[in-house]
Amino acid sequence: MKKSIFLGTLAVAGLAAGLASAQTLADVQARGSLKCGSNEGLAGFAFPDANGNMQGFDVALCRAIAAATLGDAQAVEFVPLTSQTRFTALAAGEVDVLVRNSTWTFTRDNDLGLDFVGVNYYDGQGFMVRKDLGVSSARELDGATVCIQTGTTTELNLADFFRVNAISYEPVPVATNAEGQQQYLAGACDVYTTDISGLAATRATFENAGDHVILPEVVSKEPLGPVVRHGDNAWGDIVRWTLFALLAAEEHEITSANVREIASAATDNPEINRMLGTEGELGQKLGLSSDWIVNVISSVGNYGEIFEAYIGENTPVGLARGLNAQWTNGGLMYAMPFN
Amino acid sequence: MADMTGTPRDTFRLSQLLYDARYRSMTIQVIAAMLLMLSLAWLVDNTVQNLAALGKDFSFRFLWTTAGYDINQQIIPFSSQDTHARAALVGILNTLLVAFMGCILATVIGVLAGVLRLSKNFVVAGIMTFYVEAMRNTPLLIWILIVFAVMTEATPQPRDFREGGGASMILWDSVAISNRGVFVPKPLWGEGSGLVVAVFLLSIAAIFILRRVARKRQEQTGEQLPVFRLSLALFFIPALLAFFVMGQPITLEMPELGGFNFVGGIQIRNSLIALWLALSLYTSAFIAEIVRSGILAVSRGQTEAAFALGMQPNRTMQLVILPQALRVIIPPLISQFLNLTKNSSLALAVGYMDVRSTLGGITINQTGREIEGILLLGTFYLIVSLIISSAMNYYNSSVKLKER
Repeated sequence: MKKSIFLGTLAVAGLAAGLASAQTLADVQARGSLKCGSNEGLAGFAFPDANGNMQGFDVALCRAIAAATLGDAQAVEFVPLTSQTRFTALAAGEVDVLVRNSTWTFTRDNDLGLDFVGVNYYDGQGFMVRKDLGVSSARELDGATVCIQTGTTTELNLADFFRVNAISYEPVPVATNAEGQQQYLAGACDVYTTDISGLAATRATFENAGDHVILPEVVSKEPLGPVVRHGDNAWGDIVRWTLFALLAAEEHEITSANVREIASAATDNPEINRMLGTEGELGQKLGLSSDWIVNVISSVGNYGEIFEAYIGENTPVGLARGLNAQWTNGGLMYAMPFN
Repeated sequence: MADMTGTPRDTFRLSQLLYDARYRSMTIQVIAAMLLMLSLAWLVDNTVQNLAALGKDFSFRFLWTTAGYDINQQIIPFSSQDTHARAALVGILNTLLVAFMGCILATVIGVLAGVLRLSKNFVVAGIMTFYVEAMRNTPLLIWILIVFAVMTEATPQPRDFREGGGASMILWDSVAISNRGVFVPKPLWGEGSGLVVAVFLLSIAAIFILRRVARKRQEQTGEQLPVFRLSLALFFIPALLAFFVMGQPITLEMPELGGFNFVGGIQIRNSLIALWLALSLYTSAFIAEIVRSGILAVSRGQTEAAFALGMQPNRTMQLVILPQALRVIIPPLISQFLNLTKNSSLALAVGYMDVRSTLGGITINQTGREIEGILLLGTFYLIVSLIISSAMNYYNSSVKLKER
């Protein structure tokens, strides 16, 4: 009798614990900071600057979410995660959102208890080799030793690519990008494989970046995007629409420089008015302030600004917009309408 | 008083459970056991609830799905189309391989270092003291990374072995030490090689029989046979004779440069070497201390008695001190072997594909089955540890002092 009451209490407590995780926004606002799972170090995407502040393409999205929910882009606590620990850390509630070059796949979306809410970078897996090896195609890599980060989708694509092309290889598993870079530069592996953006970012840090070439084959689709826990739809919506806000701002040519000016009075474009809170109350529907997008854009800029600042063609990483251009310019970046 | 010594009262009152010394300990134990079980039940229940809240179930079916990833070091054949269960098995074999090699090398180095630390030679004892203290006072992970860094950074790349590359193979072009591992010749078993192996195994058995015969003979007559020379002859001559009589059926496949890497031969990967050496060196420092304490535990009188009988110091160590010291050494040695086996799970740091890296790393990551995977992993290490300790306990009971 006593035991059953006890167990019953436990069951209720367990249920309550389960439900408690479905209020991420309230938790973040009560804490006053956003816990963002980030890369432990990848040039252009997440790296500490000279003052120790985290910077980068993925980091900017974290800051945007913090600006939207807390009004302060600096109120982010970055939790560096390896490719192996990232999903577990998110599922266990150690971070509120994961923005760490994570590929959206069926298994991850459905089997891990997580939700991908969008894509901030459309990528594909590639191979990097030394120029003096004289290799011009990934199909010539028979017998090569390949460095690969464990716990990634690239690991599976790599196995598939070599099996389908009936060529052999030797995998050398590494735990982090830094370790892969060290092994590759020491010549312990002939090839380094990961998402092409990651290869470009890694190559940008090499002493002689020109001695290395990224092979033309793109062997997979790697849509990278922010991830939240499954079950907290309100929080998922906030992250998703923050990303859309960055994209829509670029589309409407709202930049960090002019956003305050545009927001000061209603314009003749109703979507811009709704976004910037001069018309309607979209912010309240997400549980945020009406000037949430103003906060986001004024602190981190729009998607195009972020891209050019950290990974664009004028940076050492030097990536072209390609698939990540706005849909109006032939890319895949397409913000849903703010109606 | 009169009541107690008089007719005993058989009635049992509930308060006796707490106030009667006969029952009190039992009551406390039952309550403690119930609390323990309740907290376990709470843990399990909480896990199940939270898994359900995340929309996950608890199932081991993932083990039979396609793994999809490749493993470089395979003791049994494995391809990316095999199941997660087989990947786990490949990892288990890799763990057992490095643990087995590590235990042997650690024991050899440990015994040597332990004995030498007791040396009367100041320099030898000093060096060994430094070795032991340096090894056991720094974390194992650092040693693994140091050995691995030396292996990858200080050794030549395979392409340096090409002409004009500045690196060359050693031992008559049969062994190549590169930053991808050490390549050694691989024996090819031709027709008739089975017979050669059989002869070799028989001669090893003969060596053991010879030793037994020689010991009996010495006990009965006092005569000593030249055991070492006879053993050496038995070890080489029959097998070599069989080898040439059968027309040299066993040949060696030499590693050769081809394409990106060496082909042919056996590749002993740097990750294995680094993990093996680091585990052995680290654990050997602890074993050295155990051996030293074991030797010091044998009373000084034993040595003096042996010297008084005219025994030389090395014979004294071998025949008098070590057999007695073993009784002190074995029990703590067991836990060092267990430590080494469990420490091998640091393998991922150098990309060695042990069971922690396959089942506990990639499989968990690709399937999202953290709880199931970690449970299996824990069970595996538990079983291995129990097997090692029961085997060593069996050995311990065979060498321990038999009190009659």
